[in-house]
Amino acid sequence: MLRVVRALWQREILKFLRDRARVVGALVQPLAFWVLLGLGFYDSFQMPGGSDVSYLEYLFPGIVALILLFTAIFSTIYIVEERQTGLLQAALVAPVSRLSLVLGNLAGGVTLALVEALLFLLLAPLVGLTPSFVGLLVIVLAAVSMATAFTALGFTIAWRLDTTRGFHAIMNLVLLPMWILSGAFFPAEGVPLAVRWVMYVNPAFYGVAALRDGLYLPEAAPSAAGLPTALALGLSVAFAAAMVGLAVWTVQRRSTVAA
Amino acid sequence: MPISTPPLSHRNADVAFSADDLVYRYGERTALESLTFSVPAGATFGLLGPNGSGKTTLFRIISTLLRPDEGTARVLGRDCASQPNEVRRLLGVIFQQPALDAELSITENLRVHAALVGIARDEADGRIHAILDQFDLVSRAHERVKTLSGGLARRADLARGFLHRPKLLLLDEPTTGLDPVARRDLWDALDRLQRLEGTTLLVATHLMDEAERCDEVVILDRGRAVAQGSPVSLRAALGTEALWLESEAPEALTNLLVDRLGLSARTFGRRVLIEHEDPAAVLGRIYDAAGDHIVSATVRRPTLEDVFVTRTGQAAAFSFADS
Repeated sequence: MLRVVRALWQREILKFLRDRARVVGALVQPLAFWVLLGLGFYDSFQMPGGSDVSYLEYLFPGIVALILLFTAIFSTIYIVEERQTGLLQAALVAPVSRLSLVLGNLAGGVTLALVEALLFLLLAPLVGLTPSFVGLLVIVLAAVSMATAFTALGFTIAWRLDTTRGFHAIMNLVLLPMWILSGAFFPAEGVPLAVRWVMYVNPAFYGVAALRDGLYLPEAAPSAAGLPTALALGLSVAFAAAMVGLAVWTVQRRSTVAA
Repeated sequence: MPISTPPLSHRNADVAFSADDLVYRYGERTALESLTFSVPAGATFGLLGPNGSGKTTLFRIISTLLRPDEGTARVLGRDCASQPNEVRRLLGVIFQQPALDAELSITENLRVHAALVGIARDEADGRIHAILDQFDLVSRAHERVKTLSGGLARRADLARGFLHRPKLLLLDEPTTGLDPVARRDLWDALDRLQRLEGTTLLVATHLMDEAERCDEVVILDRGRAVAQGSPVSLRAALGTEALWLESEAPEALTNLLVDRLGLSARTFGRRVLIEHEDPAAVLGRIYDAAGDHIVSATVRRPTLEDVFVTRTGQAAAFSFADS
């Protein structure tokens, strides 16, 4: 099984590296988002409670989350394309467990998301953030859990879809709101109660909270939503486990190929 | 009238594949209706039928991607529904589209596939080289698939299908979209490999010339096997020559020929088939009696298409047009 996982993982990495537009886009787009939004709200942003945090600094972990979410999910869009060529069927007809197919794809998506997120994290000192060793551990764990959760979610969705257009539509409908309401963009304390509750049930919220905590540890992060780091991390990991379970279940139940 | 090879016993070790009363329904629509036939080991076996006749559904059942509603499908005695992993080990599948990653080279693709089909890592590269050699692809081994012509990509896909030495190779309209030269090359490569490895080939096609290459064919019509046998024996059942008339009023023409001339005539769509030992000899009499009804008349040796038309009662749903 490890052999299969490794082969599929290698394929993901190779494909990514050969797609120059994807390599550049994956790095430049979040950077542009960060700079443009960060500067755009530079004077209008004010942390609830009056602490002195610039929007560039506030947004930083949010951009890390953006990279994780989108890289992870879009690494699975190939599944939809592979359904149209014989590639997916060939894998399904091979004498390998469905679990190893899921894990191979997961490994690829998680690696890509993680590497890109860590590259972006190198910019943290620009906003005066230098994570401690413990903080870095928390960041990596949070990043792995988010990348895993969203690769698995993307896999589950891609498995059921026939067109990449449908995939994009669903992603815009699900992924973008999830990111916006994750605390990446604005703190939960400053929004109306109803929206705050939507944020609290958004699983990405806890990943972002853990990322933010990790950047400041051992000090308290601004807008940690009063949540212990361990709890945020635990919820993010639990969400990842649930999504992996969903992906495995989907593949085992729907191993046939749509007509 | 039908001359067909009787199905071999399922216990027979020389049967590569057998379908036994297979039924599959998509909701209300029945795709396969008590389909029964068997494929002798080592044969090139054709599955001939128009689109929608059930070829693809059957392939999905054999590939263990669909479970039949009723009946059994067996690959070398293993049940496709209850022993999917054993069947997958014996099976190679060539899909309508090559199962290759466009961004990767041929070798990289085959390495991934070697892992999927469980070829040991230290054996994989040797095996890949050997199969590329057999398919004349060694010089292109490191080119990315997206830069290959359709014919070459298809040949690389065949190499993928043969990589793990399957006992039964399914080919789903493997020459779709290829020009005649690439088509011939592909068949030559297939023939070579089959001689070498003794693989049983099960080829779904709607092309008559491809069906003619097969040792045996089963003709599918709306999910049923309407004829099985070698192309020669199936054609022979229609006599050595047949007279086909095309007509604006085929029913009237048939009645006329039967009632007035006492000929054996049947209608198929716009066409009328006259079965007679010496068709050319009766042609004059037919024109005298019913020339007004006749658009054209053809005397020719029966084709597999004629076999299909006469067995199903349908006007030909496919033709030589693209062969």
